[in-house]
Parts: sequence; C-alpha cells; structure tokens
Amino acid sequence: MEQTLRKVFIGESADLPEKLGKTVVIGQKEIAIFKLENGSIKAIENRCPHKGGVLAEGILSGEYVFCPMHDRKISVENGRVQEPDDGCVKTYPVEVLEGHVFILIAE
Amino acid sequence: MPKQKLVLIGNGMAGVRALEEVLKLDREIFQITVYGNEPYPNYNRIQLSKVLQGDTSIDDITLNNWNWYKENNITLHPGENVMRIDRKKQIVHTEKGRMERYDKLIIATGSNPFMLPLPGADKEGVIAFRNIEDCKKIMDYSKKYRKAAVIGGGLLGLEAARGLLNLGMEVDVVHIHDYLMERQLDSTAGKLLLKELEQQGMNFLLKKNTAEILGRKKVTGLRFTDDSRIKADLIIMAVGIKPNVTLANEAGIPVNRGILVNDYMETEVPNIYAVGECAEHRGMVYGLVAPLYQQGKAMAKHLCGIEGEGYQGSILSTQLKVSGVDVFSVGKINEDANTKVYKMHDDWNGVYKKIMIENGKMTGAVLFGDTKDGSRLLNFIKKEADIEEYLDTAGSETTQVSLVADMPNEELICGCNGVTKGAIVEAIQSQGLTTVDQVKGCTSASRSCGGCKSLVSELLACTLGDKYNASQKEAICGCTTLSRDEVIHEIREKGLTHIREVMNVLGWESDGCSKCKPALNYYLGMVNPLGYEDEKEARYVNERLHANIQNNGTYSVVPRMYGGVTNSNDLRKIADAADKYQVAMIKVTGGQRIDLLGVKKEDLPKIWADLDMPSGSAYAKGLRTVKTCVGESFCRFGTQDSIGMGIRLEKKFEGLNAPHKVKLAVSACPRNCAESGIKDVGVVGVEGAWEMYVGGNGGTHLRQGDLLFKFKDDVALIEMIGAFLQYYRETANYLERTSAWVDRIGLEHIRGVLSDRNTVKELNARIEEALSIVQDPWKTAIENPALLRDLYENVKVPAEI
Ligand code: SRM
Ligand SMILES: Cc1cc2nc3c(=O)[nH]c(=O)nc-3n(C[C@H](O)[C@H](O)[C@H](O)COP(=O)(O)OP(=O)(O)OC[C@H]3O[C@@H](n4cnc5c(N)ncnc54)[C@H](O)[C@@H]3O)c2cc1C
Ligand code: SF4
Ligand code: FES
Repeated sequence: MEQTLRKVFIGESADLPEKLGKTVVIGQKEIAIFKLENGSIKAIENRCPHKGGVLAEGILSGEYVFCPMHDRKISVENGRVQEPDDGCVKTYPVEVLEGHVFILIAE
Repeated sequence: MPKQKLVLIGNGMAGVRALEEVLKLDREIFQITVYGNEPYPNYNRIQLSKVLQGDTSIDDITLNNWNWYKENNITLHPGENVMRIDRKKQIVHTEKGRMERYDKLIIATGSNPFMLPLPGADKEGVIAFRNIEDCKKIMDYSKKYRKAAVIGGGLLGLEAARGLLNLGMEVDVVHIHDYLMERQLDSTAGKLLLKELEQQGMNFLLKKNTAEILGRKKVTGLRFTDDSRIKADLIIMAVGIKPNVTLANEAGIPVNRGILVNDYMETEVPNIYAVGECAEHRGMVYGLVAPLYQQGKAMAKHLCGIEGEGYQGSILSTQLKVSGVDVFSVGKINEDANTKVYKMHDDWNGVYKKIMIENGKMTGAVLFGDTKDGSRLLNFIKKEADIEEYLDTAGSETTQVSLVADMPNEELICGCNGVTKGAIVEAIQSQGLTTVDQVKGCTSASRSCGGCKSLVSELLACTLGDKYNASQKEAICGCTTLSRDEVIHEIREKGLTHIREVMNVLGWESDGCSKCKPALNYYLGMVNPLGYEDEKEARYVNERLHANIQNNGTYSVVPRMYGGVTNSNDLRKIADAADKYQVAMIKVTGGQRIDLLGVKKEDLPKIWADLDMPSGSAYAKGLRTVKTCVGESFCRFGTQDSIGMGIRLEKKFEGLNAPHKVKLAVSACPRNCAESGIKDVGVVGVEGAWEMYVGGNGGTHLRQGDLLFKFKDDVALIEMIGAFLQYYRETANYLERTSAWVDRIGLEHIRGVLSDRNTVKELNARIEEALSIVQDPWKTAIENPALLRDLYENVKVPAEI
C-alpha cells in the first residue's frame, strides 16, 4: 500500500546537542532524535520495546543507544535491539536541508 | 539424502541440552523442530531460586536465546502445547491444530509440581514454584501481601522461603518430618540447617500435616490435622514433583512412575525417546540436571548412530542455594547395619562432616558449614574409593588452589554439566581462555547452578599462573582487553585528556559502550581533577540530569538536608514546590531526607530554582548522605556530638565524585541508631573517642563495616576519612563499592597504607584538589541556558498526527 509521508520540521541541526538524544513530541508521539559523533542525525521511537524506557536519555555510542532503564543496546540506524536481547523500535527517516532538520512521518 | 525430521516436545533444560549434544556430533542429519508450552526460549530453571532471592533477574537466566535456534536452523514453536502423539502415523498434534510428522521424537516434558489434593488447594494464592510464570506471580504477591507459608521443607521449599524473606515477606515453613531436607541430609545436618535458617528469619512448623487451606476465594491461612492454624496470604506448595507423562500415557507408551526407557533413552515404542525428569531409567526418576545431561549425551550418540555404552545411572549430589548456608550431600546419607561412618562435628564453628563407608569403600557423605570438600568427595564416592585413600589426602586440604592442583584430570569440577578438570584445563590451554565466563562459554562448566565458579577460577589460576593474575585485572568491558589499571596507567603516561582520545589511542574495538564510557569519564576526572572537563554524554542519565529517572520517565528530586537536620523554612519551601509542580509523592527516604517523586524533566530546573537548596546528589556515584543520630545533644546515651560531626563531614565531602556511591553515618554510641555499621564509612562515638568503620554496605550484598582506627581527636578523624576516601577513589574499579573494594584489596593492606602519616597528608592534598572544583549542579544548570536547552527541554511540534 502507498503511504504518504509527511515532512515535519523539528529544528536546526546546530541546536541539537552532540552525542546526545533529544525528545521530540509531535502530538501524541514521542520521537528520540540523536546527533551522532559523525554528525549524522537519526530518529527512532522514544520507547524501548522492553519496558518502555525513554531512549532519548540513553548513552549514545557510535550508532547504538543504551536504554537508561535496563541497558538494552539498540541501533539508532535500524532500530534493532542487539544480542542477546531482541526486539525492534520504529525508525523514522531524517532529512537535513541547509541545517534544517526534518523527520518523515507516515500520515 | 534428505534430512530426517527430529521433533522435541518440551523446550526445557534436558531436551534442549540433548539437542546441543546432537548438534555437536552431527549438524547435517536432522531437521529439528521444538515445541515448548512456555513462551520463552530455553532458560535456566535452577536460577529461578536466585531470581526470587534477588541475585539475578529473569532477563539474565536465558540459556539459549532466540537467535541460537535461528543459527542452528531449529524451528521453535514457543507457547505451543503438544496435545497428542500418533505413534502409528508418527505425527504430533498441537493445540493450534498443527500436525508435525517425525522420524525421531524426543519427549522431554519434565515434571509437574505435585499439588497436595487438600480442600481449598484451588484457591487464589496457592502457587507452585516451577517456572517463570510462578516466579512472577510470587513476586507480585510479595508486593501486596506480608505473610507467606511454604509447604515442604526440602530443597525447593527452602530456596523459595529464602526468596520470600528477601522479598520482604514473613515466612512459615511447614514440614511433615522432624528435620529439614530429610531426603538429602541426616538428622544432625538437618537440625543444624534449621538453626541456621531460623537465624536468617524463617519460622518452622515441623511434624505438621496440613489438613485444609483456609479462605473464601483467596487464601487466608492453613489448618493442620492437630487443628492448629496459621495465617497466610500466599502459599507455596513445594512438596515434590511428578513426572509429566500424560502425553506418553495417552499414546500408549509404557510408563511406570516415568516414561520407561533403556540405556539409550529409547522408549518401548520405535523412534520415540524420552529424556529428563519425565523419564524413568532402571527404576530411577531424576530431578537434578547432572543426570539429565548425562542422559542427553547418551541419547544424542544413539540418535546420531554413534556407538556408546549408553546411560548407566547416576550418583546424586545436592547443594542448597541459600546464601550463608553451606550444605552438601552425595550418595547414601543414612547409616544402616552394613555401614560404618567417619564423622566430625565441630559444634563451635558449626561444621559437620559425615562419610558413609561400606566394606571400606565410600558410598555417601553429608557436609554442613564447610562444603569446600564437596566435589572431591563426589569424585571419591563415584569411583567407590577406599576411605583410607581419601583420609590420606584429606589432611592436605589447605587451600583450594592446591586442592584443585592436586586433583586428577578425570575429577569432576562441574557436577551439573559433567565437566572434568581435564576438559577445562584442555580448553584453557588450547583455546587461550582467561576468564570464568570464557570457560563457561566453551565447556559449559558453571553454566547451571553456578556452584563450581570458585573451583573454575582456581583452575584458571593454577593453569595460567601469573598470567591469570594479570587477567584477573579484568578488561573494563568488551570494547577493550585493557584492565582498569592499564587504562589509568596509559592515561597518566600518555597524558590522555578525553574519552575519544583514550578509545582511539588505546585501540578500542568499538565506539564505546554504557560500561566503559562512564568509567573512562570517572578515571579521567580522577587523574586530572583540575584540567578534565566532565563529558556529560558519557554519563548515565541520572548523573547527566542530576535527578533519578523513574520507571515512567519522570524524575525524583532530593534536596540536601545536612545530617538529616532540617528547619521549618526548608520544609515550607519543599511543601510549596511539591504543590506547585504537583509531585506524585513526597517521601522520607532511607537516607534521612525528603524525596519529591514524579517530576517532569522540563520542570526540573524550575523546581530547583524554587527550592533554592543544594542538590542531595541522590543519583551520584559520589557522596550521598551522612546519616546521624540525635547524639549527645539530646540522647541519654549519647557520648559525642554526632549531629555536629555528621554535618561537618557532609559539608566537607558533598559533591565528591567516586567510583560508586559513598554513604556515611555518625552515631553517638554503639547502639548505632544511624546504622554506622553498614556504611562505606561509619563513625561510632564511644566515651572520649570516635571509632571509624569502613566497607559497610546495606545493599544487595550486606557487609558489616570493619573497624579501621579509633580517634580521640575530631580533626584526626576527618583527616583519616579524607585519606580513606581518596585511596578508594584512586584504586577502586569504577562501580566497585567500598565493601567489595575492601574485600578485594584487604583491610590490613588499607590499614598499612593509611598508617603512614605522609601518605595520609598526600591523599588529603589530592582529595582537597578534587573538592576544590565542586559546584552545586542544580545551580549550575539553572544559570546555564545552553545546558537547559540541551538537556532539559523537549522539542514540541504542535502538529496533530
Ligand atoms: C530514594 C531511596 C529509597 C527511599 O525511598 O528511601 C533510594 C532509591 C533508589 N535506590 Fe537506593 N535508595 C535509597 C536508599 C538506599 C539505602 C539505605 C541508605 O542509604 O541508608 C540502600 C542500602 C545501603 C547501601 O547503599 O549500602 C540503598 C541501596 C541501593 C542499591 C544497592 C547498592 C549496593 O551496593 O548493593 C542500589 C543499586 C545501585 O546503586 O547499583 C540502589 C539504587 C537506587 C535507585 C537510584 C535505583 C536506580 O538506580 O534508579 C533508586 C531510585 C528510585 C527513584 O525512583 O528515585 N539503592 N538505597 C533512598 C534514597 C536515600 C537518599 O536520601 O539518598
Ligand atoms: C526453583 C528450582 C530450583 C532448582 N534447583 C536445582 C539445582 O540447584 N540443581 C539441579 O540440578 N536441579 C535443580 N532444579 C531442577 C531442574 O531445574 C530440573 O531437573 C530440570 O529443569 C529438568 O529438566 P527437564 O528438561 O526434564 O524439564 P523442564 O526443564 O521442566 O522442561 C520441560 C519443558 O517442557 C514443557 N512441556 C511440558 N509438556 C509439554 C507439552 N505437552 N507440549 C509442549 N511443551 C511441554 C514444559 O513447560 C517445560 O518447559 C531446580 C528446579 C526448580 C524449579
Ligand atoms: S527504591 Fe531501592 S529498594 Fe526500592 S525498588 Fe528501587 S532500588 Fe529497589
Ligand atoms: S526498558 Fe529499555 S532495557 Fe528495559
């Protein structure tokens, strides 16, 4: 099925803290945005599949964030929970245009 | 050749281990499918006791994770019951209507807990202790209710009872015999055990026969055949297990107590095997993993068409997994007309040892109080050794290291998994293993009940010699092979200044993780307190935001209240802030101050500004609280000004970073109302002097503090506390509490170091340096707009999605 994606402006890249997460609240949804050490920006659902930990507050290492609740290791690239645990969080595409950061969300 | 279809019913410890054995022998012949009616991958049932006792969590007891099944091409149907076996057509039927054809079938359905058929046994609150579901139910009950009764004073019942105590319940253990664990212990050991467990807080009702479970819908208590009663909100039934043979029975597979099998675990029906607690071999049904794993091995060989002598039966040994209690038994335990015994009973130290001898050969043993000799006894008894041979070597049991060094290669180290000394040494040497975890991964030793960990560690020590000691300084995490000492050495030597640099220069294998980053952040700051800039992105959220995160993503706020002393003004501010930010709860903490719980992240800076009090650092790896008792100012027993000293210490050391949290207490007499005996540093006032205790801990692993020194003078005491804390800061591993640190490096060593006046002065100079940069983190945050934006503000997009 075709899905229309909506582009939501969430702020300036320069305003995002480095090597840290940021909580973005869009209506009812909470999304965690990360600015990685290499400058790229990733967006995933702000809810750990284990017990709902807020991933935006986790420790970020390379492309992985460690959930602050029970330390599950989760890729911010593809949302996958790493071994020995399993599970997956939703990821959102991110676009950066001249420093403006957008995330793409299904309508 | 197409693969044969192998179907396993029962995704438990024996069945899955048997599959591992099959895969070890031949990965090609079978296409494997597993049905298990629990919704989990294979987990370590044995460790449920430890889960209940709070030593590990359900998440940590998985033996074969989901991926293991994938990697080995095993189709797993979790949470799916097999309902019927059609032996003629060789098909199993499941509750979901699935039909699965098999060439070979393994039944490994384990046991069911035996529920006494008492009136009222179906009431809410009567629970068995067998699987994760039971364990979760028990933990839930413990949150709501206080009184529990365990029916059954055997291994399982006692381990459950210990768990209930740890969960904060009162526990009555009801037992039908006149002493505990009568199947594993003789009456002397059983009675010693009772005394020990009573001291731990269990209450026993012996020689009691339950007549009825009382209550309407829910359990309220028990009535016994002598008509006496007790109250209980939760009843754990731990009276035994019965092999789960329903499927086999209905399929017409011959069953006695268990499913009848021969030495290759074949049932009497072609192509159907049974293994584990559901199987009966030469009249024996086993309820411990060691024999079940041996069965699996024999069966796997047979399945893969490899010749072997088959399973020959096992000699059982048991150990109770209750901390602080050492009991062990193997083989025969009670004497009869044909036996002689070797007995040793040291009442003073609470040590008891009994060895059973028949015609000069050892046939069984019971140990209480000191079980170090257990695995050696097991080996002697297995080979029916001569008692004289044993006694000849018994004198030399000086240290464990020399004990394992002297063991012959064929001796068993891990009873559960049947791993010998020879196999472990071989693995250590041929695969270059250096840690207990690696040995566990390669050989399975210590993978089940964990009782042999210390022996494995000793084997590593005597196989690797100095190299092991080097590797004992364990790598700080999986990202590096370097130990803490090596990393700190390099930081100093190379003048490394930030985390990324450490990882790059020292060859980290990844971008770091939640273990090494906070540790490196601490080490860098400890080495260079004045120059290092704390890297907040390497901090755990609590220390980054200066508040404790809670299960729903809100935070708690604990302002400082020096020495637990407050005033009406502060209380008013706290009350006003609580109202204004509608906190979920105001609670007095175990650290003598007030906690405002359930504060939203965005509100944290505002509430701090309103409070205008320093942070209590209730989240910090560093100084937390200094508890005090009322002391000489008010108390009739007080010998010293404990409040004054407590406040002085808290003001001096507040904001100090440390490898782990640090808690202090000052009491003004040995009654110790501030609990100085279980603090990292505990001070106790006695007539004309202060005693200084160190290494106490009231947490997961209770440890009583050790008396370090005694001082007449306040200043000398404070100086020694400074020196002690700095020595800890400089030499402990990150996340090592003082209790573990004192145990590791030794009290005498610490006392030696701190007996040198110069060292004390130097340590104090360095701690002063670390303290000189302390700023109140709440104030710092409020005054720094960039910090506020980066850490505390959420982005709000007003869109409706
Ligand atoms: C608030 C408080 C409980 C209370 O309501 O009284 C508390 C709350 C927490 N404790 Fe505690 N502990 C509190 C007193 C204690 C005490 C009692 C004491 O200090 O006298 C102990 C045992 C004494 C000891 O530490 O030796 C204690 C032993 C622990 C432990 C086990 C430490 C150990 O070495 O075994 C942890 C886990 C850890 O730190 O790794 C822990 C961890 C926690 C954490 C921070 C859990 C976490 O990591 O997120 C809890 C935060 C809950 C929250 O939602 O805010 N808490 N905790 C107490 C705060 C005291 C204070 O004013 O600062
Ligand atoms: C709390 C506790 C502590 C213990 N401590 C120790 C100890 O210290 N040392 C020791 O050696 N042993 C100990 N044991 C015993 C040990 O756990 C068992 O002996 C072992 O787990 C038995 O393995 P098994 O595979 O035969 O049965 P299980 O591990 O019970 O596996 C059987 C599995 O089959 C499933 N099943 C049953 N019927 C069906 C069906 N029709 N369809 C699909 N699936 C089905 C069951 O749900 C279960 O998951 C302990 C047990 C408990 C409960
Ligand atoms: S506050 Fe402490 S004891 Fe209570 S649940 Fe949390 S960590 Fe456990
Ligand atoms: S909630 Fe994320 S690890 Fe438990």
